[in-house]
Amino acid sequence: MFRGALWLLAGRGCVGRGLSTRSGGSTPDWTEKVSEIKKKIQSALPGGAWDPLYDTSHLPPEHSDVVIVGGGVLGLSVAYWLKRLEKPRGAIRVLVVDRDHTYSRASTGLSVGGIRQQFSLPENIQLSLFSVDFLRNINEYLAVVDDPPLDVQFNPSGYLLLASEKGAAIMENNVKVQRPDMAALPSVITMVSQEQESATDRSPSLTRDIRQEGAKVCLMSPEQLQNKFPWINTDGVALASYGFSTSSSRMQTSGGKEMTLKRIHEVHVKMDHSLEYQPVECALVINAAGAWSGQVAELAGIGKGPPGTLEGTKLPVEPRKRYVYFWHCPEGPGLETPFMADTSGAYFRREGLGHNYLGGCSPTEEEEPDPGNLEVDHDFFQDKVWPHLAHRVPAFQSLKVRSAWAGYYDYNTFDQNGVVGPHPLVVNMYFATGFSGHGLQQAPAVGRAVAEMVLKGQFQTIDLSSLLFSRFYLGEKVEERNII
Amino acid sequence: MAAPRASLHLVAPKWNLGTSGIRGLSSAVTPEGNQRKGRMLLQFLTDRFYDVEAIRQYLFQKQVSKVHKENRSSTGIKKQYGPYIAGAYFVLKQGGAVKFQGEEWIRSKHGYSPLQLLSFQAVPIEAVDASDCAINYEGLDNLLALKELQSLLLQRCPHVDDWCLSRLHQLANSLQELSLAGCPRISERGLACLHHLQNLRRLDISDLPAVSNPGLTQILVEEMLPRCEVLGAEWAQGLKSGPEQQSQDTASPIPA
Repeated sequence: MFRGALWLLAGRGCVGRGLSTRSGGSTPDWTEKVSEIKKKIQSALPGGAWDPLYDTSHLPPEHSDVVIVGGGVLGLSVAYWLKRLEKPRGAIRVLVVDRDHTYSRASTGLSVGGIRQQFSLPENIQLSLFSVDFLRNINEYLAVVDDPPLDVQFNPSGYLLLASEKGAAIMENNVKVQRPDMAALPSVITMVSQEQESATDRSPSLTRDIRQEGAKVCLMSPEQLQNKFPWINTDGVALASYGFSTSSSRMQTSGGKEMTLKRIHEVHVKMDHSLEYQPVECALVINAAGAWSGQVAELAGIGKGPPGTLEGTKLPVEPRKRYVYFWHCPEGPGLETPFMADTSGAYFRREGLGHNYLGGCSPTEEEEPDPGNLEVDHDFFQDKVWPHLAHRVPAFQSLKVRSAWAGYYDYNTFDQNGVVGPHPLVVNMYFATGFSGHGLQQAPAVGRAVAEMVLKGQFQTIDLSSLLFSRFYLGEKVEERNII
Repeated sequence: MAAPRASLHLVAPKWNLGTSGIRGLSSAVTPEGNQRKGRMLLQFLTDRFYDVEAIRQYLFQKQVSKVHKENRSSTGIKKQYGPYIAGAYFVLKQGGAVKFQGEEWIRSKHGYSPLQLLSFQAVPIEAVDASDCAINYEGLDNLLALKELQSLLLQRCPHVDDWCLSRLHQLANSLQELSLAGCPRISERGLACLHHLQNLRRLDISDLPAVSNPGLTQILVEEMLPRCEVLGAEWAQGLKSGPEQQSQDTASPIPA
């Protein structure tokens, strides 16, 4: 009877929250009619939809403050941080639009899922550091009362990057950027140096210089690598980096020519498999469409103009297909396997308890596969990935590929780093895309940065002003040397 | 895959059931039934009223921040008295026990003040028993400064998870005994980080509900730490019994 009283109250007050039709043995079409009548009554009552004539509850709303194009991890991260950082509560209406609710081709679900702080750009390191913190404390951010605690199934085994003689100097420089204060982590250094006593030191240096950013990384020589992971073949490796995780309104050109600034007024959201569309009037549009961000930017008119000018600068993000292979190797490395990236660009990680491994390799520019479909090329594994894996880990000479899939990188053809922030001409379009394979690991931090840009007008926690759109026009490449 | 996780209740959270272990196990059916009815009522109210949901969310956030407050690092004490006193104070405040080198176990329910520990200023700590304490990733800072720690007992700690295990490599030189029995949030991925602890001689990984296959995990951990004695599950645990369900493919190759 308590439930009955509440149901009556709920029927009038809280529209659409936990309601269920009472069906007690009546014929099906009668209950359908009852539910239709109930819907009509609800739409006529205060709090219901404004269209009493036909039901538009399946369409997006007509007005929204922010429309986020793209519902992958970056889009959802921006949405989360916008709602979390808004003042007062409920101030901003956010609409996230994605064209595929099953996420069958979204890069988020198809990603291999490695997180590392071994980047060369300080901004990238900071982004990864915060994202690792976010994942570690994810229950504080995303937990809901009465639901089980979230389990990200994170594997804190670390990330091992190998460098040949050529890359060793770059890697050492990178580590200088990654770890500022060796006094902060004395125990890691002592662990490394104890093994050093018994090894002949051929590697460039284990002299710890100033490391600026605070990531937990240690450099290892090939001998230490062999001691630690006996299943690696250290032929050709000069250095290894082992990281524990465990992160305008009026503008004039220099010639005095006036630029026209544009605004996006409406986003037309077309429903799946139908001709219906809803024009959503919005104040801001955030482009987080991943591999298809270039197309979305073209819809907004970015890049339509004479080449070489700011109007003519396109968003240089295009989809690039990458393959991931899943294999089984009973003699393979044990439970302590880190996420390993070889000197040749091949990478792999362990999955689960059953000696299964996932991995792949990024093809060179000449061998780029056609991104038109997500078909997997198994010959690529035979010719390009397996030889490198077998050379580095001799146990992988006998393995059996169980399955494979392909996914898209939102590849930034300009400098392979993300684009964040507003467009100089289309004043209400913000970008959060182009991360070329490290979007998943930087998503929480990028979401927060974009939300700060939207709500406060500037980057507050991590300064990403070097990743703005204007660098494409100015030709300033922000290069990351550790792209997998 | 993993064992079913408890819900984030505000009414008698399951994580803390371990501390009142004896009471929890012997609770009669009627109090348990009343508790379930109360929980269902709360859930029903939360689904229907924004106010109830907001209050519950607020109380939950308060619980989380309480754990954070308990795990603050006491840098003042560390600077003044040294890392050993600071570590001992932290553990005793949480309700654990500490053993200095050459002394007996010190355990205090209401926490020791640092003055009483001053007599042990330069004495390193060799064993810490932090069982049933609300120690988490940040609180582990205090323990990682104890460079001569030989034995660490983290049984039934509700907030020790895989991330915490990935930090234990800093104690690799001295740690010889580690016990993780009954921690609800440790999975096999966290156990993979223990391969840094090459001096470990005794490891207890029994009764970990979040580990998907205890027998197989035991075998893999034994392979990973060859000089360590691993207590925990029997290797046959997790294998399906019965002739119609042969499960040879789940067993990994016998370690050489």
